[in-house]
Amino acid sequence: MGARSWRLPVLAALAVVLAVGPLVLSSYWIGLLTQIVILAILAMSLDILLGYTGLPSLGHAGFFGVAAYGVAVLSTTYRTDFWTCVAAALLIGIALSAAFGLIVAHVRDVYFLMITLALGMVLWGVSYRWIPVTGGDNGISGIPSLEAHAGLPVTGPAAFYYVTLVVFLACAALMRVVVRSPFGLTLRGIRENEARMRSLGFNTWLHCYLSYVIAGAFASVSGVLWAYYNGFVSPTYLDLTASSELFLMVTLGGPATLVGPLLGAGLIVLLKNVMSAYTARWLLILGIVYIVAILAAPQGIWNLGTRRST
Amino acid sequence: MKRLRLLVVLAIVAAAGLLRAQVPDGPIRIGFIVPLSGAFAQNGRDILNGFLLLLDEVGYRAGGRQIQLIVEDDEAIPAVTLTKARKLVEADRVHLMAGTLLASSGYALTPYVDAQQIPMVYPVVSSDDLTQRRRSKWIIRTGWTSSQPNHAFGEYAYRTLGYRTVATVALDYAFGWESVGGFQRTFEAEGGRIVQKMWTPVSVHDFAPYLAQISRDVDAVYALFLGRSALQFVRQYGEYGLKDRIPLIGSGTTTDEHVLPFMGDEALGAVTTLQYSAALDTPENRRFTGAYRKRYNKVASYYAESMYTGGKWVLAGIEALGGRVEDRARLLEALRSARPTGLPRGPVELDEYGNPIQNIYIRRVERVGGELQNTVIATIPRVSQFWKYNPAEYLRQPLYSRRFGPAS
Repeated sequence: MGARSWRLPVLAALAVVLAVGPLVLSSYWIGLLTQIVILAILAMSLDILLGYTGLPSLGHAGFFGVAAYGVAVLSTTYRTDFWTCVAAALLIGIALSAAFGLIVAHVRDVYFLMITLALGMVLWGVSYRWIPVTGGDNGISGIPSLEAHAGLPVTGPAAFYYVTLVVFLACAALMRVVVRSPFGLTLRGIRENEARMRSLGFNTWLHCYLSYVIAGAFASVSGVLWAYYNGFVSPTYLDLTASSELFLMVTLGGPATLVGPLLGAGLIVLLKNVMSAYTARWLLILGIVYIVAILAAPQGIWNLGTRRST
Repeated sequence: MKRLRLLVVLAIVAAAGLLRAQVPDGPIRIGFIVPLSGAFAQNGRDILNGFLLLLDEVGYRAGGRQIQLIVEDDEAIPAVTLTKARKLVEADRVHLMAGTLLASSGYALTPYVDAQQIPMVYPVVSSDDLTQRRRSKWIIRTGWTSSQPNHAFGEYAYRTLGYRTVATVALDYAFGWESVGGFQRTFEAEGGRIVQKMWTPVSVHDFAPYLAQISRDVDAVYALFLGRSALQFVRQYGEYGLKDRIPLIGSGTTTDEHVLPFMGDEALGAVTTLQYSAALDTPENRRFTGAYRKRYNKVASYYAESMYTGGKWVLAGIEALGGRVEDRARLLEALRSARPTGLPRGPVELDEYGNPIQNIYIRRVERVGGELQNTVIATIPRVSQFWKYNPAEYLRQPLYSRRFGPAS
């Protein structure tokens, strides 16, 4: 346990940055912090699948994107009010993951990877080709700001950030409850040895299915925030690049930790934006970071110095 | 150790953020966004090259002040374009912005540019509606609308080339729809017929299924491609024996200089249309292409020329204000009323919607001195984005889409 003693101070530092950062940072950095927090919800939702259940999904950005499109279409084309818009977008995301779950929950490993990849591509294709609704390649712009749409008395980057932070904390707490519950322990059991869990009488299909839907639900929350943050949607939200970058956030930060994906999201967003300001070769640097991380911390940064906890 | 390192990194990041926000007013800061990585990196590089060439020529000075260019890579992903724009405006405090390549990035950026009230020059993005139904007063386009050269070309194809029936093959996205739509509208207004319309996915690798479908009875085939797809299409068009049977015409990007050096004899004779050709025989263009070739050791593409001209606009605006660019409304006004001269593509002026009125060139691919070039065979002067139509009436019609005018 001694090797993990560095974790607490890092957590405290993270909490301080997230809590008071916006009070001292300029609006651009608040924007980056907002991005990190939104993407952290998404990465943590993937962590439930990838880290806790052992199901590697390459189409997870799909639910994120579908919820974002839900917000975009409802708020621009149909001009619905804020709560209808958010509720409907979340419902669309959850319903879709419930439907897709039926297809994917019985397969494992590389087959799961391939099917989720295919479904992700289907969603991307729909966003790209269903032009009357999605605007195709051009996407949809003109989504109202969250503050205006929700009728908040305060506006600006800091206000949006704190709304995001509250949602993030709520989601993180819920996800923590899920993974710590008997249900979450069963998921880990399935990850380690599914045959044994089945012989113990667990309905492993149902557990995997629910895990997939829960992950989809939290991804939708993140997608709603992302749509409001950017003010537009485009097919790049749910393409393969988005899904694989998400995958990297989880693996880099440390799967099956929930904190790891937050770190991963933060690291990747900062690296991309800070590096690219100084060098055109930033992709190279990002690649080197990944390789070093895989060699030095194959279980992710947050798992440094520990064996994989089961 | 690890904790310490992380804290140090965070501290540096935070400090950098604070410092960036407080740079005192010195040089004029121009924010520049193009894709420099990913599938569109080469196009982005050309755009940047055009600007660098121009800034070098003026010694990075305009209106008596130093110019500082801040270049950002948007990977051709709209969300990244927006993030980079936020960095340029909010952290670097640029006085104006220029750039971006894809329509999706252009549309994504418009609401932000409007909200921030920051003057922005679009040298390349050609989506019609950016200066039509969804225009922003803060955006000045020095490039073109996709349909602009094609309106002129449709009429030319009927009247001068004498074609009566045409089949179109184009990339299946807004750029393709708007270009083909513009061509179809004026071609059919003259009495011509588009008998086949084919759309290929942007990621297409093999044109065999499309080439096999083309009716052998049409007078010409109109093609719209760019980059790798242009090379592939023109090559396969030759391989299928179509080159000698049906003339190939199309959008300017299909034979633009960003792909032309990599083509062979299969491209000879193709007639395309654009507001520029590197082979345009004017002193201004000879000077530009000569300087460009000397510096980058390749022929200037339309992307490079676009930003060279866009840059001239920026510099003219700055000069008109004597370098006092801090008042954004005045800067916008200066950019809108700027009339730079000596442009490689010929005379250009902006209409009241912020889009150029300019010459459209009909070019034919020929081999001159061992190199392929787009020889200008006709010039249609002073073409506006609304062609010969009344702007108000034009804007009441819907934007050219995939469903504009089915083949007949």
